[in-house]
Formats: sequence, C-alpha cells, structure tokens
Amino acid sequence: MHLLKQIFLCCALSLILSLLPSVYAVPATGLPLTLSAEESVALCSSRVRDRDLLINNWSTTTNAAQVQLLQAIADGELYCKRSDQSLWLKNADGSFNALTSNATLTNGKGLRCVGSSNKQRQLIATIVAARALYSEEVSARRAAAAALLQAGATMPSTDTLQALMQHEDDGQVYQDLRTAWALTLAQNPSLGRQELLQAVEILKDKGTPQCLHALEQLGQSSDEILSDAAQQAAGWVQFYLRCATFGENLFFGLSLGSVLVLAAIGLAITFGVMGVINMAHGELIMVGAYCVWCLQQLLPGQPGLALILAIPTAFVVSGTLGMLIERTVIRSLYGRPLETLLATFGVSLILQQAVRTIFSPLNRAVQTPAFMQGQLQISENLSVTLSRVIIILFCALTFTLILIIMNKTRLGLEVRALAQNRPIARALGVRAGRIDALTFGLGSGVAGMAGVALSQITNVGPNLGQNYIVDTFMVVVFGGVGNLWGTLTGGLIMGLISKFLEPVTGAMLSKIVILIALILFIQKRPRGLFPQRGRAAEA
Amino acid sequence: MLKNTLSAFAAAALLFSASSYATDDTIKVGVMHSLSGTMAISESTLSQTVQMLIDEQNKKGGVLGKKLEAVVVDPASDWPVFAEKSRELLTQDGVAVVFGCWTSVSRKAVLPVFEELNGLLFYPVQYEGEESSRNIIYTGAAPNQQAIPAVDYLLNDLGIERFVLAGTDYVFPRTANKIIEAYLKAHGIADEDIMINYTPFSHSDWQSIIADIKDFGSTGKKTAVISTLNGDSNVPFYRELANQGISADFIPVMAFSVGEEELSGIDTTPLVGHLAAWNYFESIETPENQEFIDKWHAYTGDDSRVTNDPMEASYIGFNLWVKAVEKAGSTDVDKVLDAIVGLEVPNLTGGMAKVLPNHHITKPVYIGEIQADGQFQTVWESDGEVAGDAWSDFLEGSKDLEADWTAPINCGNYSKSQHKCLKQVSAQ
Repeated sequence: MHLLKQIFLCCALSLILSLLPSVYAVPATGLPLTLSAEESVALCSSRVRDRDLLINNWSTTTNAAQVQLLQAIADGELYCKRSDQSLWLKNADGSFNALTSNATLTNGKGLRCVGSSNKQRQLIATIVAARALYSEEVSARRAAAAALLQAGATMPSTDTLQALMQHEDDGQVYQDLRTAWALTLAQNPSLGRQELLQAVEILKDKGTPQCLHALEQLGQSSDEILSDAAQQAAGWVQFYLRCATFGENLFFGLSLGSVLVLAAIGLAITFGVMGVINMAHGELIMVGAYCVWCLQQLLPGQPGLALILAIPTAFVVSGTLGMLIERTVIRSLYGRPLETLLATFGVSLILQQAVRTIFSPLNRAVQTPAFMQGQLQISENLSVTLSRVIIILFCALTFTLILIIMNKTRLGLEVRALAQNRPIARALGVRAGRIDALTFGLGSGVAGMAGVALSQITNVGPNLGQNYIVDTFMVVVFGGVGNLWGTLTGGLIMGLISKFLEPVTGAMLSKIVILIALILFIQKRPRGLFPQRGRAAEA
Repeated sequence: MLKNTLSAFAAAALLFSASSYATDDTIKVGVMHSLSGTMAISESTLSQTVQMLIDEQNKKGGVLGKKLEAVVVDPASDWPVFAEKSRELLTQDGVAVVFGCWTSVSRKAVLPVFEELNGLLFYPVQYEGEESSRNIIYTGAAPNQQAIPAVDYLLNDLGIERFVLAGTDYVFPRTANKIIEAYLKAHGIADEDIMINYTPFSHSDWQSIIADIKDFGSTGKKTAVISTLNGDSNVPFYRELANQGISADFIPVMAFSVGEEELSGIDTTPLVGHLAAWNYFESIETPENQEFIDKWHAYTGDDSRVTNDPMEASYIGFNLWVKAVEKAGSTDVDKVLDAIVGLEVPNLTGGMAKVLPNHHITKPVYIGEIQADGQFQTVWESDGEVAGDAWSDFLEGSKDLEADWTAPINCGNYSKSQHKCLKQVSAQ
C-alpha cells in the first residue's frame, strides 16, 4: 500500500510540475464536474469500502473540482439523497446545494452523510497536501508543509523538496520543507557525506522524536565521521527531549497539585480551624460541579459564560449547604469528633443519593468552553494544555483570596482567635456560634469553587466526591492541620511526586507508593509538614 | 381442630407449590440485570429489552401455547448477590431460563450455581473468552469475534506499526491484552513497539499517560491505541487526547467497551473519528434493524433511546431459546440444550446467528468510527459471520483446548493433544 501511494504521488507531482495549477479555493456551488454512473453509485453507497476505488482513481487527478469533492468527503460535507441518489454539499449555515445543478435544500431530511474511513481520509489528505504545496496561498502551503512532518505522512522525493525550497519565500514553510528534506535524506544514506552532515545539523536543530529516530538510524552508518556526528547529535536531542519531559512532568505535577490544593483548602479551614472532620466535603465539591452543569443547561450555547457565573454561584450554594450542615448536625455534636465523623458520613450518603434522585445516577455532560480548549506551545517538544494552565491560575487566585480573608479581615481575625483559644476569644466578645457557621460556610464555599474547576477535567457524577475525599484528607494531614501554607505545600508536593512516579511505576503502583510513603512520614512527624505551635495547639 | 389445621396446611402447600413451579398457564423467564449501582447505566437497558421481547412473544401467542412471565430481579451490581439471585430464580421461582449478567465477574459468580442446579443462562455481552459452560449460551463476542478482527484492521487497513494497549485493571482487559499481545508478536510486532498500561477504575488524571502515548507515537511509525478502558475513565481519556492535540487521524483509538449507550448523553466532540469494534451498530440500515429500533422506541416511549450490541445479543439469545423450546417441545433444560446446537435465527444486520457446539454463536464483525451524533459509521465489515472460539488460539494454555457440548466429546475444555476432558470449566 505504501509503495502504491508513493507511485501515485510521484506521478501526481510530476504531472503537477508540468502543469503548475494554482487555483485551490473553489466556490461551494456549481462545480464543473461530471460524474460517471459508477462514480455516482460509489459516492452514494452506504458502504465506505465502495469508495476505495474511486479515491484511488482520483489520487492522480489534476481536476480541481474532483480534489475539492474529495476534501468535502473527508470533511463529512458530502451528502446523498436516499430517494433519488443525488449528491449534495452542505453549507456552513446548514443548507444544502446540489452538486450538479443549482437546486438548494434548507434541511437535511432524507439525506445521508457520505462517510469515509480513517484510511481514506489520510489518502485524501495526502492528495490535497501534495497539491497544496504548490498553492499560491501561504496558509495552505504552511498547513501542507506541517502535514509532511506528521507521523505516517508520505514524503515527496528529495529533489521535489529541494525544488520547492528554492522557490519558497515564506520562512515557516521553508523551515518545515527543510526538515522534511533532511528526513528524506536520512532515509537514503547512500548520498554524499556533505549532504548527510547538513541533514544531521538540521535534524539536531529541529529536535523532535521523529528527528531523533532518523538520527539514530544515521548513527548506524558505516561512515565513521557521519556516524559520530549523528550519534552526537542524537545525544543532544535526547538531552533536550529529557528536559522537555521533565518540564512536562513538572507542569503535570503542578496542575494535579493545584487541583488537590483547591479541594483541600476548604477542608483545611474546617478541619484545621474547627477540628471538625467533615466527611461530606467531597459531596460539597460535587454540588459545585453540578452548579456548572445546571448553569450550562440554563444558558445553552454559552458554556464559557456559564462557567464563569458558576464560580460565585457554586460558592454561595455550597456555602449555604455547608452552613446548614453546621447548624443542624455539627453544632449539636461539638467536641465529639467520632460522632461528627459518623454524622457527616451519613450526610455525604444523603447528598449522593439526593443527587442521584434529583438528576440521574448517570454522569452529566459538562462542556468545555472555547477559551479552555487547546494548547500553548512553549518549545518544540513542550506544550501545555490551556485548561490546566487556567486551573493553576484559578487555584493561585483562590488561595490568595483565602489568605487575604484569613489575615486581613475581621472575620479572619476572629476565626484565628477562636482557633487559638476558644474560651478567651469568647470572653473578648467573639460570637463563637456565628463565626463557626461562617467558617464552615467559607470552607464549603471554597469546596464548591473547587468543584467548578474539577468539572472541566473529570466526570461530573454522584461519585465525584468519593474520588477526591481520600486525596484531600491526605493533603491536609500531610501539610499540617490548621495551616494554609502547609496545605499548599503539601498539595503541590503530593501532586509532583505522583506525576514523577507515574512514568516509572505506572498509575496503579504510584498511588500505593504514595500512601505507604505518607504512612511512614506520619510516623516520623505526626503533625505534618507545618504543625501548629504554641500551648493552645499542644492542649 | 386437627382437620382445620390439616386443611390449612394442605391449602398452604397447594399455594406454595403453585408459586414455586410453573403453573399450566405460564412459563417463567428470569431477567437478572442490575437496576441500581455502578452497572445500572448499562444493564437496566438490557432488562427492559428482555421484557420487551417477552411482551412481543406473548402477543404472538407465547411459547408452546403458554404465556411467558418475566421474573425481574435486581442484583444491584453486587457480584455475590448475582449468585444469590440466580439461586432464588432457579429454586424458588422455578424459571425455565435466565437472561442476565454483564460483567465477567458477575458471570463467574453465577456459573457454579447454574451448573449445580442445571439452569440455563443466556449471556449477551462481549467478554474475554477462556470459558465454556454447558449451562451458558454466550451470545456476546468472544475475542476472535471482536478483538482479533479489530487488530487485523489496524495492522492491515491502517498500517499501524506501534501499539498502546490501555486498559482498566480487571479480568477482561488483562486477559484480552494477553491475547492481543500474543497475536501482535505472532504477526511480527517487536516488543519495543508494544506499550501496555493499566489504570484503576474511574482514573481521571490522564495527563502523563497521554503525554507518554504522544511520545510513543511520534517516532515516525504509525501508532494506535487499543483501549479496554471501562466506563467512567473514557470521557476524561478522550478529552485529554483532544486537549493534547492528538487527532483520530494521528493516533486512532480502537475501543472495545464504547457503544451507543456510552456515547449518548456525553459530549462526543473529542471522540469523533475514533474507532470501535462490535457485531452490530444502530446505524446499519436493514429492515430488521429498523423494525427493532421502532419497536424499542415505542416500548420505551422515547425516540432518543439508542440500541446497541448487547441488546442485539439479547434479541438473538431470546429468539434462539424460543426456537429451541419449540423444537424440543419442552422447557426442560437438558432437552433445550440438546435441541439448541445448530439452530439458526436471523440477526439484525441481515445475516444469521447459529449456535455452535461450544455454546457460542456466529456473528459478523463491524468496525465503526464515532460520529458527532453518537452513532457509528461502519468502515469495515467481515465477509459473513465469524464463528466464536471459546479458547484462544494465541495463548499457550488454551490453544490446545476445544469446547464441544455435543456427543461424543461433551466437554467444555477438551484437550486435543491429550484426548481427554480437563476438569476445570474456566481458566483461572
């Protein structure tokens, strides 16, 4: 199959070289196209395989309309009418234009999409890209040149690439063509040493895993100088790749850590300040995540706005729920930690079942808004996902806010006073009951905001809380009870360790290793990384 | 006084016996699918399907002149409860047949009960093979009817040279991956071109693993992922693939546990173009399929409900049972088992499903690409039906074994080299 493709491509390119067509963009209607009866039948068939022959036949075509039709098939925009086997092209606004006449349709009733397989789409992409390399539009050439560097792409011959490079004036396209040229040279080690050394330099500069593979192949050549140069270059590229992997793991660890920190801040406040073990904390996170879904249902078509509005909404909803739990359950069990644990566990079960009954036992689909999709390319080999970057920033913002509240506001002052020495604080006029409720509300509200962030990276369902509660407690215990900086450090460290372990031990073992490490750590330092000090804490 | 007590006892005994054995008027059919718990999402649909089929059959006059009565139990995704419920169905309710189970764990839990009480179970879900029981008819796909054709498609049609086997950590992915690894090596794929990875249930942080897959797939050789991930983990997995810029054309993912039901109700944008292998797709246009879909919509009263492969397997299993009972003239399990091997009923994609001596059936294989509307576009189909093979030809311990429940062999794991029947029913 590979060989066939290469033959077709060589024929196509030689034909194109002699004709040098420049028109690529064609209007969607009124194609100057005549289809034979067999071609129409093949296009209209519901079996994807029936189109294999047609696509192969057209792979050497110079007819721009045929290429455009192939592109439409690959994009899923060609439709066949079931009743009369006529062909239609879909427009951006949802209407349809007939392929060989001027008729239009307003909707897709009775039309079946002409499907294509992965393999067919790749072949079409090769055909289109081969023509696009000669296009007059810079964007088309850039896309085609970049596609040459994709895994499994069919490369034109070295001479073709050289000819293209000589006529190329766009910097980006030239660089990509140069890399492709170097890669083809590496496949052909019988060429002159000078050229191969040049190729080694180019591949070293580019430094992608594909280039590394090519350099390793060159490193096995019988020519001493060449193999030395190639091996040295391969060594450099490996070093850069390792740095990129390290950077990646660092980023993954930070993003996982920031998620853990977000979930754990609320617990740090309630557990740390009030000494209350709240097993329903996970469910408060879940409620926040469901707020996102509810808002997205109320504001269809605007997932981004819904997400942003969900932040204060989740804070209020979870906070209120938290205060309700505090008033009804926690207050009457104050000073009895075991009973509080049991009671809050019961509350968590009630909340889970309530969500199952009100919404559904199935997971809910939360959409990712456009500004959170995609990646940021930092270097050739290192790219970070936007959604995670935003979550890290969100976590930093939330943490700063909580710090400010705890250290600079009256509420924070009273909370800290109650935590340090409850009787004296009450004697000084701090209203314990009110502050308790507000503290719990604050912790629960932050949990709701964590749920909003989590809705973007994991499934939103009744089991969301259960998946995070254990990790959250581990972070709080590890970081030190009652200390916000401890939570931050603990969460980030745990995230980093988890992500650096995962490539080595696998996902299953890394969890086990971390748990064992934590148990051993607690033996040495039972109070965590940053324990509270002072006589009140020892009491 | 004594006469009164005696007559009371007699009446009670009569009532008790009437409830525990099929009356002259109805034949009881057990429906054992979880209606609550983690598997409820998948299994409750099957429970409804079987009840719909029972209703349809009753409209045609029932079986052997008697109406069918559904006895629906809910094992609540709790595997030991599956065993209890099956015992209850067989002894107390006196059902003639049971349609049930989804996970391999649940099937392994009920297997001893069915063999002890000589019951009959129709199992409708694709599974890992390495088992053949006299009392179970497997209407779901064995690995050679799903996994192997899928790997063939990747090797031959897409020219894949490097493979990532990603699975959830439990029996089905572990066994399936063993078979797939052996098959790949037998076809010349080198050790360093196979990457195997297991994750816990509900694993949602896929960043590192997807980055590893991206690196693994960037050497210039075409790479694909064979995914035996279960349920929950699938959505974050596909989403992270899309986030890291891995398109279905760059590294395609072939899944074995993602069907129309799993796709309905989630955002399918990151999944479009990825592949799945099944023996049935709702999008296959045949008159039988359209009729089934229409009946399902009418029964549930909801036009947005989808149909999927295990539903078709339940449909085939039910029709096979009805045909076997009519051929045997009785619902007695031994007679039905004697009659059922060799019977053929139409499936929903225009072919026939035939029961083989190893208690598997013949099924066509379809590879499909996920579309934005949650349906599949068929991109490859087998030429005709593939016969189910209980014991994989690619594993050391089982290539020698053969299951044949007809005379003279009458054994689930007959060793061809030793010419004798090995005792254990399923590989441990």
